[in-house]
Amino acid sequence: MHFDTIAAISTPMGEGAIAIIRISGDEAVEIADRLFRSPSGKQLVDSASHTIHYGHLMDPVTDEVVEEIMVSLMKAPKTFTREDVIELNCHGGLVSVNRVLRLVLQYGARLAEPGEFTKRAFLNGRIDLSQSEAVMDLIRAKTDRAMNVALNQMDGKLSRLIGELRQALLETLAQVEVNIDYPEYDDVEEMTIPLMIEKGEWVRSEIIRLLSTSSQGRILREGLSTVIIGRPNVGKSSLLNSLVQENKAIVTDIAGTTRDIIEEYVNVKGVPLKLVDTAGIRETEDLVERIGVERSRQVLKEADLVILLLNGSEELSPEDERLLETIRPMDAIIVVNKTDLPQQIDIETVKQLANQKHVITASILQDEGVDELEETIANLFFGGGIEAEDPTYVSNERHIALLHQAKTSIEDAIQAAEARVPIDMIQIDITRTWELLGEIVGDTVQDSLINQLFSQFCLGK
Amino acid sequence: MPQFEAGTFDVIVIGAGHAGVEAAYASAKMGASTLVLTMNLDMIAFMPCNPSLGGPAKGIVVREIDALGGAMGKVIDKTHIQMRMLNTGKGPAVRALRAQADKVLYQQEMKRMLEDQENLSLHQGVVEELIVEDGEVKGVLTQIGAVYRAKTVIVTTGTFLRGEVIIGDLKYSSGPNNQMPSIGLADSLRGLGFDTVRFKTGTPPRVNSNTVDYSKTEIQPGDETPRAFSFETTEFITDQLPCWLTYTSPLTHQLINENLHLSPMYSGVIKGKGPSYCPSIEDKIVRFADKSRHQIFLEPEGRNTREMYVQGLSTSLPEHVQRKMIESVPGLEKAQMLRAGYAIEYDAIVPTQLWPTLETKKIKNLYTAGQLNGTSGYEEAAAQGIMAGINAASSVLGKEEVVLGRADAYIGVLIDDLVTKGTSEPYRLLTSRAEYRLLLRHDNADLRLTEVGHSLGMISDERYEKFVAKKEQIEQEIERLRKVSIKPEEAVQEIIEAAGGTALREPMKAADLLKRPEMKYEEICKVIPSALEISQDVAEQVEISIKYEGYIEKAMQQVNRMKKMENKKIPEGIDYHAISGLAKEARANLSDVRPLSIAQASRISGVNPADISILLVYIEQGKIAKISG
Repeated sequence: MHFDTIAAISTPMGEGAIAIIRISGDEAVEIADRLFRSPSGKQLVDSASHTIHYGHLMDPVTDEVVEEIMVSLMKAPKTFTREDVIELNCHGGLVSVNRVLRLVLQYGARLAEPGEFTKRAFLNGRIDLSQSEAVMDLIRAKTDRAMNVALNQMDGKLSRLIGELRQALLETLAQVEVNIDYPEYDDVEEMTIPLMIEKGEWVRSEIIRLLSTSSQGRILREGLSTVIIGRPNVGKSSLLNSLVQENKAIVTDIAGTTRDIIEEYVNVKGVPLKLVDTAGIRETEDLVERIGVERSRQVLKEADLVILLLNGSEELSPEDERLLETIRPMDAIIVVNKTDLPQQIDIETVKQLANQKHVITASILQDEGVDELEETIANLFFGGGIEAEDPTYVSNERHIALLHQAKTSIEDAIQAAEARVPIDMIQIDITRTWELLGEIVGDTVQDSLINQLFSQFCLGK
Repeated sequence: MPQFEAGTFDVIVIGAGHAGVEAAYASAKMGASTLVLTMNLDMIAFMPCNPSLGGPAKGIVVREIDALGGAMGKVIDKTHIQMRMLNTGKGPAVRALRAQADKVLYQQEMKRMLEDQENLSLHQGVVEELIVEDGEVKGVLTQIGAVYRAKTVIVTTGTFLRGEVIIGDLKYSSGPNNQMPSIGLADSLRGLGFDTVRFKTGTPPRVNSNTVDYSKTEIQPGDETPRAFSFETTEFITDQLPCWLTYTSPLTHQLINENLHLSPMYSGVIKGKGPSYCPSIEDKIVRFADKSRHQIFLEPEGRNTREMYVQGLSTSLPEHVQRKMIESVPGLEKAQMLRAGYAIEYDAIVPTQLWPTLETKKIKNLYTAGQLNGTSGYEEAAAQGIMAGINAASSVLGKEEVVLGRADAYIGVLIDDLVTKGTSEPYRLLTSRAEYRLLLRHDNADLRLTEVGHSLGMISDERYEKFVAKKEQIEQEIERLRKVSIKPEEAVQEIIEAAGGTALREPMKAADLLKRPEMKYEEICKVIPSALEISQDVAEQVEISIKYEGYIEKAMQQVNRMKKMENKKIPEGIDYHAISGLAKEARANLSDVRPLSIAQASRISGVNPADISILLVYIEQGKIAKISG
């Protein structure tokens, strides 16, 4: 519990072009090796201490490159915490740094509590006596506060849902346990493998649903990543200025995933909008032209919302059609601009190609239709358009990491059940899932299983 | 009453129930001069409740006791009337043996074993008082004024402390089965400042088997495969007696409901807390009103008696109601009741007053074990008995104390739970209490504990050599299966397909093939026979180790994490009230339990992770202060 491997972003959020994720603990190097790929193929575990390595951070599932990174490898004991320490130097913005962190958490680390690196440094004898009182105060204050923050952050609905999942798991477990501890007791239906798979699948799908809502939590925290696209001179720059001027900018000039892309934050009717590539738009250059097809596709893929501008005073060009095709699987709004000029565009064709996406007509220059666009964005976000089937959302990184672990764990159980592994083995992973979910709501008490056993079943000899 | 000096011993054991006999047997085997004092020599290792040993978790405990060199397994192997392996349809971690005992034979065999044991004296006598000087136990004083001096004393008085039997509204001072209760010793313990709680347990009525109509019951025979608890047993009992299964009827339920006001459980006569895993029939019917019937097992109490234990009908209703209840059960319409069921209330010691060695924190060299410590069950008692015996003898002989961990044995789980968390009701072991139950299996108890038993002198060199050879063979065979590759030849495919598996497409390591759910070690051996003669036991270990490798590894990782915390020792005499930052509840509970390691501290109720962090910081601070000071 206390000397497991921890990780956190250790540079201030949202500032500077480089972010460092620090990992400390016995498994630090191992975890980094699971995600890091160096051009030479050399493993960090085989490398010398206090060395720096260039390479890529990979998502092991999709095998795609998440970040280009420098890894500082520092093996115990000559490190800040006196444990093995890995520092991942990312040069990305918030989104990609968070993604790296999430992978690190998914592959074995636990999110560090506030002050935990310092605490470890102390516990491992790195900090002297005079600082110890301060450290204790820090632990008390920060753990309590962190706990409160985490609990407050969790709306009642989430904890209720986790509670329901846990209860379902607990009932399953109790039934298995009864079958084990009271093998001759015939009142309880034998927990069968198909039943277990059924329950497991249900829990898995609920966890996946929760995880999918986690992106909405991220949106609230980081902003709805929005890209404005369209042919040159279609009015992208005007729309951007209109959105920024009308709505007070929250943050400006945050370094993006590459030096070329600038982001701006605005608040549109309560929705935090992160406008991507504002520089590119202001230079009235097309994103695709400027940064290349591959890169722009990536930007589009990472966007939560795409606003496609079309020129109403011209006919639909092949390029417009290509863009309409590109945004087909995305959350997008189509704005037909320049209604102040004679209309050449066939609005019916646009609607057809739009495939049930919102189509708004506007004259941004005359400030017509911008309000409707803003309404639409807000409705999409709050009204269920953008991954908002259920307003329950998970935003806390710790919760997300635990949900990922719980998902892996229940998948192990289902897989084992399908392979017809004995039920008391499958139970090991179900118990683990139950414990992991319990960590989210801060409750993992072994005794509750035993209590469940005796309240649910009439036992005795 | 004039006092006289009656002798001096290394270890005195008070009581000769299941805890007492193991304690005495262990300490004598280790070479400590040991005296057992019991109220009645005819009641050694008596089973006042069900005539059976083992079952899930408990059966594994019996094997563990045997691996340490204890008595229970050997004795039951010689005296059972039937044995069954339970949970055979499930995984290896939860399989467990259960035996129906011949109660009288069991007692006789155990008594003879103690009588034959070197360094061990048996004596009938009632201990009235513990002799304590300067917080250290020095001996005991009996009812007739005999003073026995000893370096250590182990109290194993079961449910005798201020015992009271209750049937209906009748309540009288008594030990189990109308034996003498222990009043003086109870006062002595309380006088020494021990906190006690009042617990309750019960037993069902017994009937004469000649008056049972078996045609209305289902037969429950023992296993045909010969079974044994002890790793040393070579002779098996083949002549087994069956048990019988019947059910309560609607009339039984009606009778109980109509007479509930006569039940001391509901009228308020019984105040002690009873075990929820072993409810009385009244309790079952009230709490689970929707159940239309409950199982009743009829279990013979021995070969030379017609007495039958009516399992499932534990009750403290008045005897006239019990008679009608029995008559309402199919097959028991004409059954003659030999003894009525009853409830018994007794004092138990709050077990958080003990160190993990079972030595009391208050009085040096005084140990307590068994039902007195708030547990229930013969096996749980025996487990504590053997550990108390080992530790008392170790202390006398200047050996290191022995504390089994939660990852070592169910015995470790049991004792850690008791001394760390305490218990609010009579404590029973369940497999679900063990977080590493995959490691704590029935089949590997010897692999886990023989080493310990041997180092204590409780396992003979001969047995130990056999054990070492077995261990080596297991390792070699696992190594072989990991190395040898099986090619997709016709003969091989036939064997695989006969087992219900899919044919090999390319060569595969034997170990990997064994990991397939349908493959058994036997089949692998048909393909690649071993040059050695592999016993059933070895084959089982090889199969389990390979088949469940992934799960075992996961469990080992968990264990290693816990061990780190276990190795973080908390210095003695730490003043929790002086540590700023600890929560109030944590402070109180830590002061009570006085945990020895951070891991133990983290298991105490009311101690949360922040408290543990603070505790770690505090301990580190002390170390630094020492170095720099």
